[in-house]
Amino acid sequence: MAKTIWVLVELENGQPARSSLEVLGKAAQLGRAEAIVLGSNAAEVAPTLGEYGAEKVYAHADPAYDTYLTLPAVDTISQLLQQQQPGLLMFATTYDLRDIAARLAARNNLGIITDATDLQFDGDELKVTVPWGGENLVTATLPQGTGIVLTRPKAFAVQRTEGKTAEVENINASLNSESQSIKILERVEVQSEGPELEDASVIVSGGRGLGKPENYHLVEELAKALGGAPGATRAIVDAGWLPYSYQIGQTGKTVKPTLYIACGISGAIQHLAGMKGSKYIIAINKDEHAPIFSVADLGVIGDVITILPQLTEEVKRRKAH
Amino acid sequence: MKIYVCIKQIPDPNTVVSKLDPNTKRLVRSGVSLVLDPGDESTISAAIKLRDTIGNSQVVAVSMGPTSAQEAMRRALAMGVDSAILVTDPALAGSDALSTARVLAAVLKKENPDLIFCSTESTDGYTGMVPGAIAEFLGLPQLTFAREIRVEGQKAVIKRVTQTGYQTVEAPVPAVVTIASGSFEAIYPTMKGIMGAKKKPFTQLTLKDLGIDASQVGEAGARERVLTIGKVEARAAGQIVKDEGNAAQVIADFLQRYQLL
Repeated sequence: MAKTIWVLVELENGQPARSSLEVLGKAAQLGRAEAIVLGSNAAEVAPTLGEYGAEKVYAHADPAYDTYLTLPAVDTISQLLQQQQPGLLMFATTYDLRDIAARLAARNNLGIITDATDLQFDGDELKVTVPWGGENLVTATLPQGTGIVLTRPKAFAVQRTEGKTAEVENINASLNSESQSIKILERVEVQSEGPELEDASVIVSGGRGLGKPENYHLVEELAKALGGAPGATRAIVDAGWLPYSYQIGQTGKTVKPTLYIACGISGAIQHLAGMKGSKYIIAINKDEHAPIFSVADLGVIGDVITILPQLTEEVKRRKAH
Repeated sequence: MKIYVCIKQIPDPNTVVSKLDPNTKRLVRSGVSLVLDPGDESTISAAIKLRDTIGNSQVVAVSMGPTSAQEAMRRALAMGVDSAILVTDPALAGSDALSTARVLAAVLKKENPDLIFCSTESTDGYTGMVPGAIAEFLGLPQLTFAREIRVEGQKAVIKRVTQTGYQTVEAPVPAVVTIASGSFEAIYPTMKGIMGAKKKPFTQLTLKDLGIDASQVGEAGARERVLTIGKVEARAAGQIVKDEGNAAQVIADFLQRYQLL
């Protein structure tokens, strides 16, 4: 019998997050997908989730979920788990959903597998694929049955069937005032020029090989010339050159652009995990033994500081023709 | 205030290509260089900075790990942590995130902390599930992905990193706080700190001291099981060229060939 899979659909500015819709589509391929949607806009969003694979949607329209992090959602999903036992819970890996998953697992003694890139049921047995380090692909399972799998961003494509509807159940969760303790006081959007990293089809990314923070503008200028977004390794983010939002890697953002240009990046496993799904990879690095060259379609052994300005000019010149 | 920092010793991410043992299916820790997680160095530094700002406070490092983890604890003490507690027990090998959180929560429960700092995730396992689970087991709120923290009366207020910027978030103390990687510059231990570390209180505990049954933790209590360990398919080898002064042309030609310009 098809397993029931619950997917918590995160709302961003009142709309379902693309990362959640990706997971919902995968869940619909694996079994009977049921979505849970919480927040002031939940009732409006719920019926639309049928198009993305949900057979059923549990909705609770309450603004408490928008203002108070983690705990109201954990309370509500735990209440649902007392009434019903799905085969599996699948969440996208985002800031808010990771927080919810950890507490939900602890409260309900659920097994949890993170960073999954694929999953399937082999008969009754769940098989979850998790890339591990640079070399290994681990297959893991949740022997107790129901558990949580957090999936890697962009692991699945959004599946949409227009006009398909879902049964909506407006759940009657009672929200505990004690759980309204982690309060969002302010939300600040930091505007960046050009496309967002996650949506960019071209990414130019910089690492330690740039030498010093003042050289990062070389990366930004090439990105601009190519109509792409600039990114960074954990090493230079940790070193304080750039904010965390630039970070690409296992910690940070997973990106799959058409073109990825790695500038002065050695290619730590951590970094490769976040970008090796890119269609074309170009690497520029002084060290011919740098691991980044093992994933590059074109590798140039040379100095980024001299090559980048020349390349930016060359790109501008050819684009003008 | 009593600020606790949960820390971990891991294979050095800068020098060790971490491997899985095909028999135990666990991370290979023997014969490799082990260090205090670099993320934890930043988290410890955040705790010390807060301690010194609010005054009349102390920072205690807590860890679960094999006896080799004493080294990582000593580094934390050398950085300026006031005392350290290490839970070590053979039965803990193979513990999953929830069991790890249960053990750390059992230690913390006895200590009545005001704040519990953790890194957002470890630099070896990257699950990021331990801090939230500790908070749940202790019934405390959690403030996550913090890149700044301040205490105002009975509340902790953080700047929380988000996908598109940040949020200002508050919660009553006591609370669990996770520190986003790279937000605080790591303190480098001084010679004085290293010498002084030897005189600081260092407690070692076993499962028995915490009243935890061995069957609940370690491999016996794990809720996940590795079935197989396979190899990643290697990407087809690309073209590698040395810059002879024409790198910009070579790259631009490549971009045009694949219609990327």
